[in-house]
Amino acid sequence: MTDDQNGPLSDADSPAGVDRRSLLRCGAWMGAGVLWGISGGVPYSIGLLGEAEAAPVTGPTFIQISDSHIGFDKAANPNALSTLTETLGKIDSMKAKPGFMIHTGDITHLSKPQQFDDAKQNIEATKIETFYVPGEHDLVDEDTGKAYLDRYGKGTKGAGYYSFDKDGIHFIGLVNVVNLKAGGLGNLGDEQIAWLESDLKGKKDSQPIVVFAHIPLWIVYADWGWGTDDGAKALALLKRFGSVTVLNGHIHQIIQKVEGNMTFHTARSTAFPQPTPGSAPSPGPQVVPAEQLRDYLGITSVTEKKGSKILALTDSQLSKI
Amino acid sequence: MINFGKHPGACLAVVLSLVSANVGVGLLIAAPSQAEGTNQVAIDNFTFQPGDITVNVGDTVTWTNRDDIPHNVRATGGATWKCAVMDTGGTCDIPFKTAGEFTYFCALHPKMVGKVIVKPS
Repeated sequence: MTDDQNGPLSDADSPAGVDRRSLLRCGAWMGAGVLWGISGGVPYSIGLLGEAEAAPVTGPTFIQISDSHIGFDKAANPNALSTLTETLGKIDSMKAKPGFMIHTGDITHLSKPQQFDDAKQNIEATKIETFYVPGEHDLVDEDTGKAYLDRYGKGTKGAGYYSFDKDGIHFIGLVNVVNLKAGGLGNLGDEQIAWLESDLKGKKDSQPIVVFAHIPLWIVYADWGWGTDDGAKALALLKRFGSVTVLNGHIHQIIQKVEGNMTFHTARSTAFPQPTPGSAPSPGPQVVPAEQLRDYLGITSVTEKKGSKILALTDSQLSKI
Repeated sequence: MINFGKHPGACLAVVLSLVSANVGVGLLIAAPSQAEGTNQVAIDNFTFQPGDITVNVGDTVTWTNRDDIPHNVRATGGATWKCAVMDTGGTCDIPFKTAGEFTYFCALHPKMVGKVIVKPS
């Protein structure tokens, strides 16, 4: 792993032969999980998950789940609905219940009504308010997105982008999975970027921002399409803010990166892992021994400290929640 | 060092796919009539294989998804012919009635691109 504070921290990093500081940075990879604080845009590790759980929760929290792929039934996970319900059950039994959830897309595998209904029924059973953005798998119905918008489009614009305020944080859900161009990456489009500019207009630089979208807004690995072509335009609009947290899914593994006041984080899937960038012939579902699958699935919880810029990200494996 | 070895694998299940063909710019579409022949494009490891396929006017090209993730086919360059999403094992037939070069990509994974070269008879 790298000692570069600005280098990406990922599931691929190895904990072998590292000091305690580095070990803390690698905690998320190990599955112990690290409670991440962000102060003035600079992240710091507060402790391993066990310590973090023992510490009193002083602020509101929310959970990020991603890539449920309801309907997927191949070797990498023959029952994606089962691992989603298992995940939701563990969230439901957490001591400090999250205030709400964000789902960063690929709710379904093939945009079929039954897949949407199964996801909806199980997520709503938690009675935790949930905000969504679509993944590319949620828009493959015959009407290219109608099935998603019929369920989650109320109050959104375009293909489903919107913003809202909670606990002093401005949340922005973006859609970067429509009108993709041959040979390209994720796409926001000029209309959505213009909307983002107007949405941010008048907001103070000190306003904490959380942006969430399916495909990473930064270029993780272009060869596999893991990035957004015009993501830099959106990030330029966010640059003036003192605390920006960008939450994405799509790549089914944790990668974190810090640039200035922006922290980028991708979440694990609740369904199946994908290989680390470039480590396999393609980014297709990664088959792991069944007894290890839950080590590769998980959630991200975020703690907000009221009155400060701090957001603390904690990644947890499904096997250890 | 903890060994998290990679075990990429594939498990094929046969799922019928929808086939959708639209009339595109410079391309006339007829109802598929040709029996399955050699004009096959496999989708494997997020690539169209072969990337470029050459056929004769009137031939039908068949795409078959061998990945355990869904893919589709969308024409580029203003044409509108397409294959609906194909799950694992799914196929799609598109007849090509005019000569020319027809480029396409997977709209879910746009790094996947291919071309059908149709020779005049």
